[in-house]
Amino acid sequence: MDDKILLAHGSGGKLSHDLIESFLPELSNPMLDKLDDSAVFDLSGRLAFTTDSYTVNPIFFPGGDIGKLAVCGTVNDLSMSGARPLYLSLSFIIEEGLPVADLKKILVSIKNTAAEAGVKIITGDTKVVNRGSADRIFINISGIGVIPEGVDISAANARPGDKIIINGNIGDHGIAVLSQREGLEFKLPVPSDCAPLNGLVSEMLAASKKIRCLRDPTRGGLATTLNDFAEQSSFGIIIEEERIPVHRAVMAACELFGFDPLYIANEGKLAAVVAAEDAEVILAEMKRNKYGKDAVIIGEVVAGHPGQVVMKTTLGASRIVDMPVGELLPRIC
Amino acid sequence: MCLAIPALIKTINGQQAEVDIEGVTRGVSLQLTPEARVGDYVLLHTGYAISIIDEAEAEETMKLLKELSEAN
Amino acid sequence: MKFVEEYRDPDLAKKLLERIHKNSRKSIRLMEFCGGHTVAIFRHGIRQLLPDTIKMLSGPGCPVCVTASADLDKAIALADMKDVIVASFGDMVRVPGSYSSLQKAKADGADIRIVYSVQDALAIASENPGKQVVFVGIGFETTAPTVAASVLQAQTEEIVNYSILSLHKICPPVMKAILDLGEVNLSGIICPGHVSAIIGSHPYQFIPDHYGIACAVSGFEPLDILLAVDMLVGQIESGQPRVEIAYRRGVKPEGNTQAVKLMESVFEVSDANWRGIGAIPASGLRLRGEYGKYDAEKRFEIEPGPAIEPKGCICGSILRGVSTPLECRLFRRTCTPESPVGPCMVSSEGTCATYYYYQGS
Ligand code: SF4
Repeated sequence: MDDKILLAHGSGGKLSHDLIESFLPELSNPMLDKLDDSAVFDLSGRLAFTTDSYTVNPIFFPGGDIGKLAVCGTVNDLSMSGARPLYLSLSFIIEEGLPVADLKKILVSIKNTAAEAGVKIITGDTKVVNRGSADRIFINISGIGVIPEGVDISAANARPGDKIIINGNIGDHGIAVLSQREGLEFKLPVPSDCAPLNGLVSEMLAASKKIRCLRDPTRGGLATTLNDFAEQSSFGIIIEEERIPVHRAVMAACELFGFDPLYIANEGKLAAVVAAEDAEVILAEMKRNKYGKDAVIIGEVVAGHPGQVVMKTTLGASRIVDMPVGELLPRIC
Repeated sequence: MCLAIPALIKTINGQQAEVDIEGVTRGVSLQLTPEARVGDYVLLHTGYAISIIDEAEAEETMKLLKELSEAN
Repeated sequence: MKFVEEYRDPDLAKKLLERIHKNSRKSIRLMEFCGGHTVAIFRHGIRQLLPDTIKMLSGPGCPVCVTASADLDKAIALADMKDVIVASFGDMVRVPGSYSSLQKAKADGADIRIVYSVQDALAIASENPGKQVVFVGIGFETTAPTVAASVLQAQTEEIVNYSILSLHKICPPVMKAILDLGEVNLSGIICPGHVSAIIGSHPYQFIPDHYGIACAVSGFEPLDILLAVDMLVGQIESGQPRVEIAYRRGVKPEGNTQAVKLMESVFEVSDANWRGIGAIPASGLRLRGEYGKYDAEKRFEIEPGPAIEPKGCICGSILRGVSTPLECRLFRRTCTPESPVGPCMVSSEGTCATYYYYQGS
C-alpha cells in the first residue's frame, strides 16, 4: 500500500476496497464484517442516541489522539444520560496526503478504546477530500445505548441540597492540547484525561438510585456544565474555590496564558449532581474506579439565585461564575 | 494589565533560557534581563523575562505582612 | 507556585482586612489603574470584603480597551492587503473596529495569526519570506520593550519582511490626563505592577507631589492588593501622600533600566489616541526614524476610512472612572462578551467584561 492516503482511496474503486480491508482486522466483529449498507440489530428498552464530530488539532497529543478522543466523546455522551453504550458508527473524512501510518495509529487507538469501553463499531464510512478541504482527518462517531430500567438522569432533576461531585482534576485535556499548539509549545507533565467513563457511571448507578444529573464538562469546561445544571433545573449552584481540584502544572499553564481552569475542556471528567444522603456512598464507589479515584464534592444546589452559579472564593467572598464566550485565546493582559 | 508570572530559570543558552513553572517548561528570551542566572526567578510576560524576582525583598514583604497582621 | 501562592494565604488576608477595617476612617475613593487589578479584585471578591469607607474605581489600564477604533481599522486594513500576514495577541482579535474586527477579517479570508509572543511573529516572518508580516503592537511599557527587542532582532537577523503597527501607549501621561480632567475625586491610586517592573516607581512621583494623591504600586495576588490598600489608607489617614511599593519582589524604584534603554532606543514618545479619552500628548510610542523601515505605517499606505465610534457605548467614561458598566444602557442587553459593542466588553480585563463575568446581573 502507498504510504500516504490518496484521493483514489476514497473513490470507491480498488484502492478504497484495499483501504477498508486494511481497517477491518482492527475493528472486526460479526456485524461490521458483513460490510452491508446498514448494520442490522435488535434492541429493546429506552434507547439513547448521540452523535459528535471530532476535529481536534493536533491529532496526536499527550495522553491520546483524535481516535481515542472520538470514541470516548461519544461513549461519554451516552453515559451521561445514564445509558449503557453498545454500538458506534465510525466515519472518517481524510485530507489527501495523510500518512497511512498515522491512520493506522488512530485505528489502533480506536480499537483499544472501544475494547476498553466494551462497545462495538458496527458501521462506518471513509471519504477522502482534496488537500485543504479538511485538516488531516475528521472523525464522526454516532452511538447508541440502552438506558437501564429506573434510571432517570437529566440536568433538570437537580434539587436544593443536592451535592455536586467531580471525578478529579479539571483542565488537563484542554491544556495538554494547547501545549502542542503551534507557537505556544510548552512542555506539560500532565497528559490529557481522555477516557471512557461508562464503567464509572454504571458503578455509580449501581451504588445509588439518587443520581440526578450527569454531564461531561468538555468544551466550555466545568463552568459551562454547572451553568447548564443551574439553568435547566432553575435552581442555584454554589461551589467552593478551594475544593476545585486542579493539577499544579495545569494551574501554572493557566496563569501563564491567562485562562481560568473552570473554562478549560476535559475529556475524562464528569460532574454529577446527587442527593445529599447518598453523596458519601457514591463518592466512595467512585474512588474505587481508576477514573474516579480523585473524586470530590465541590459544592451544592441551593434554592437561592436560580439559574446562577456562585463561587465562594478562598478569601471568603463570593462571585458569579458565568458561561464562557468564544474561543479561548492566550492573552497578554 | 500585562499578565506576568514567576518562572524559574533552568538553563541558559545565549539570550534564550528554559524556564520551569510547576513542571511546565518553555523557552523564554532574556533580552530584557541579560543579568539573569540559572536558579533565578523571573517575571515572565509574553515569552520575555521582564524582571528578576528579588527573593530578599519577597521575604521582607512576607515578614511585613505577618507583622501587620499580628499588630492587630 | 512560588511567589504566587504565599500571597493568596486566606488567614493573612483576613487579618490584613481586619487591620484595614480598623484603620480606615475617612471615606476614600481609590482607583485601580490597571485592568489586571480589576480582574484580580473581582476574581477574589475583594471589593465586598473592604470596609464601606473605601470605594474602588476601575481605571483605563487595559491596552486593548484604550485602542481607538481608527487604530484598529488600520490593523484590519493591513490584514485585507494582499500577501500581508497580520500577527496579533489574542486579546485584540475580537475587538470591534468601526466596521469589522480582526476576527471577522479572518473569517473573510485575511491571514491573521494569533501569537503568544512577538517572537512568534518574527518566526512567522522568517518562515514566510514571500509575505509581509505586520505585528499589531499593543500594550503599555510592559510589552513595548519586548516589541523593541524583536525589532532589534529582525535587524540583526536581516528579516526584512517584518514591521510593527505601533499602537503602544505609556501610563503616566494618561494618569495625569485623568487627574487633570478632575471628574473623579480620587484619594489614592493603585499603580500598575508590571508596567512598574519596567519603569519603576519614580514616574508616579508627580501624583503625590502635584495632586496630593496617595500611590501604591501593587502586584496581582490578593495579599499584594490588600497591602497596597493598607499603604494607601495609611498615607491618606496620616495626610502624607507618597509613592510606596507593595510589590517589591517584582518592582524596583528605578525599574528595569536595561529594558527601558532598549525600549527608548527603538521607540520615541508620540501623541496617541485613547479610546473614550481622546488624544493625549506624549502618551504613545512610535518607531524612531532610524527604524522607519520596520514601521508599518511608513511601509504601507493605510487608508481605513473614517472611524466610527459605537453608538450608546460609554466605555470612555468607564475608562475615566466616571461611570460603571451598570450605568450603560447597552450593558448585558445589546452588549455582551458574545457580541461586544465596545472594547471594554471584549478584553477579558475590560471593566464591562469583568462586571459581566464576575458580578452577575
Ligand atoms: S457595556 Fe458595552 S456598550 Fe456599554 S460601555 Fe461597556 S463596552 Fe460599551
